[in-house]
Amino acid sequence: MTSARIPRADEDARVVVVGASLAGLRGAESLRLAGHRGPLTIVGDEPHLPYDRPPLSKHVIAGEMAPDATTLPHRLDLDAAWRLGAGAAGLDRQARTIVLLDGERLPYDRLLIATGARARPWHDEAEGTLEGVFTLRGRDDAAALRAALAAAPKRVLIVGGGFIGCEVASVCRDLGLPVTLVDPLPAPLAKVLGLAVSGFLRDWIAAAGVEVRSNTGLRSLDGRDGRVVGATLDDGSTIAADVVVVALGAVPNTGWLEGSGLALESGALVCDGHARVRAQDDGLHPEIRAAGDVALWPHPLYDGRMVRLEHWGNAVAQGEYAGRALALGDGDRPAFAGMPEFWSNQFGVTIKLAGLTEGADSLAVVQGSLKDKRFLAVYGRAGRTVAALSVDCARWLPAYAEAIAAKAPFPPIANALDQPSRLGTLDPSWPTPPPEVSARG
Amino acid sequence: MFPSRKTSEMRVVVDLNRCQGYAQCCYAAPESFELRGAEILVYDPAPSAEHRGRIERAAQSCPVRAITVQADEPAAGAGR
Ligand SMILES: Cc1cc2nc3c(=O)[nH]c(=O)nc-3n(C[C@H](O)[C@H](O)[C@H](O)COP(=O)(O)OP(=O)(O)OC[C@H]3O[C@@H](n4cnc5c(N)ncnc54)[C@H](O)[C@@H]3O)c2cc1C
Ligand code: SF4
Repeated sequence: MTSARIPRADEDARVVVVGASLAGLRGAESLRLAGHRGPLTIVGDEPHLPYDRPPLSKHVIAGEMAPDATTLPHRLDLDAAWRLGAGAAGLDRQARTIVLLDGERLPYDRLLIATGARARPWHDEAEGTLEGVFTLRGRDDAAALRAALAAAPKRVLIVGGGFIGCEVASVCRDLGLPVTLVDPLPAPLAKVLGLAVSGFLRDWIAAAGVEVRSNTGLRSLDGRDGRVVGATLDDGSTIAADVVVVALGAVPNTGWLEGSGLALESGALVCDGHARVRAQDDGLHPEIRAAGDVALWPHPLYDGRMVRLEHWGNAVAQGEYAGRALALGDGDRPAFAGMPEFWSNQFGVTIKLAGLTEGADSLAVVQGSLKDKRFLAVYGRAGRTVAALSVDCARWLPAYAEAIAAKAPFPPIANALDQPSRLGTLDPSWPTPPPEVSARG
Repeated sequence: MFPSRKTSEMRVVVDLNRCQGYAQCCYAAPESFELRGAEILVYDPAPSAEHRGRIERAAQSCPVRAITVQADEPAAGAGR
């Protein structure tokens, strides 16, 4: 089982990919591009070919893009057997076999696990399944939420001030819908960006007409005759709403791996720096790799801290890395070190983050200004540049991403002409509880 | 509105981490790429095949090579 190397790329090795989305698709493509010619099977529990999720919370729910327009392009003819609508129910790693929900057994020589994550459901199932309560992860969720928004609801309540919650709030305002956003932190996005920045975001969001209810949790979602009618806040006050969007982050899809003997931590699949999956007995499985939202792995740029990134760019880059490794073995390929990067579009701006803000102890605005809604801010930790945030300053970002990759000192010296000559540094001001490992809500 | 398209159409995805809002794609294929505000790129992920030449020009003109195009519809094959 846990031999140190996988056999050389052999013509007949059977490869199975579980999870037919972004990381699985890009992984399968790079496996083929690296020259693997043996049988390839792609298993996905959704009935759809891999599609793109970012447009769901932006253009699809706005009604300007059809849900099925999001199917992702393939970079080459994969010559794969697609098993769509077929969920994996278990993994027998001794027999090197995947067991499907219908009982069928799929043997593999090499396996890519890319089962991603699902929306965290509302904790009370009866309340969470009231008509009018939505989560947003897949294309069918987006189609259902779009239909509800198109029916002119009297008020939309968004539970959770992470990126998806804010994007949905932004779309609701574009549609002219009354919207309330409830979040336990003092400002939306505070967990990832800190209060020094998110305090300004809160003002823009409120200025766009969103009723922002910070510093409060929800006691219950309230229904009548099976339909949601609103919610009760921690202090007992109520909000009337006929559409509720629960946007409380995502949880990794690893239920099917319970009992497999693979190591899971808070539900995430534990890997080493080469995307090799770890067994509970600590042995590595070089023939099983993982990529994307499901994987927890040590990031070399951040002193080997274990991270799970829910980012489009990470699913692409890690999927490609894992696919190549499955085709060619590891050789002297360095550990995966992809720069954490994501974007969000909301309230008329593009927000982009490079690096990880977690644990940052200082912040410097190096271009523009927070109040002008156009700036580039750099986060430092223990004298090192660890992250850079762009709001409509994307052209400046690559230079700072390079500084992060080079572990450059903080504050960074960029010889940009319009940079303020002396940089004042701020406290990023993390809310309590402190930010968690998950980099996206 | 970018409507659903069923058959023999192209598929497009833009790496929006990489995109810097240069808008070259919008000049090359204005019916499929649009810049909103300072740097929000909105694009048709399933453009009609009749725009193929312009879409390919858009992909080539992107200075940061952020645009991936597939010239025909992905299919769920049976493999071997
Ligand atoms: C609404 C939304 C908006 C987003 N916006 C942005 C954005 O603006 N910027 C950004 O950087 N990122 C964004 N993301 C995040 C990005 O889409 C994800 O990081 C990316 O989809 C992860 O890809 P993945 O392949 O790892 O996992 P997923 O896309 O989650 O795919 C996993 C697939 O595996 C399937 N699966 C699960 N269990 C099984 C099983 N047992 N058997 C078979 N199949 C299984 C799932 O159904 C799913 O199809 C957004 C995500 C969402 C949901
Ligand atoms: S040309 Fe490239 S960088 Fe410019 S807007 Fe289009 S995709 Fe973005």
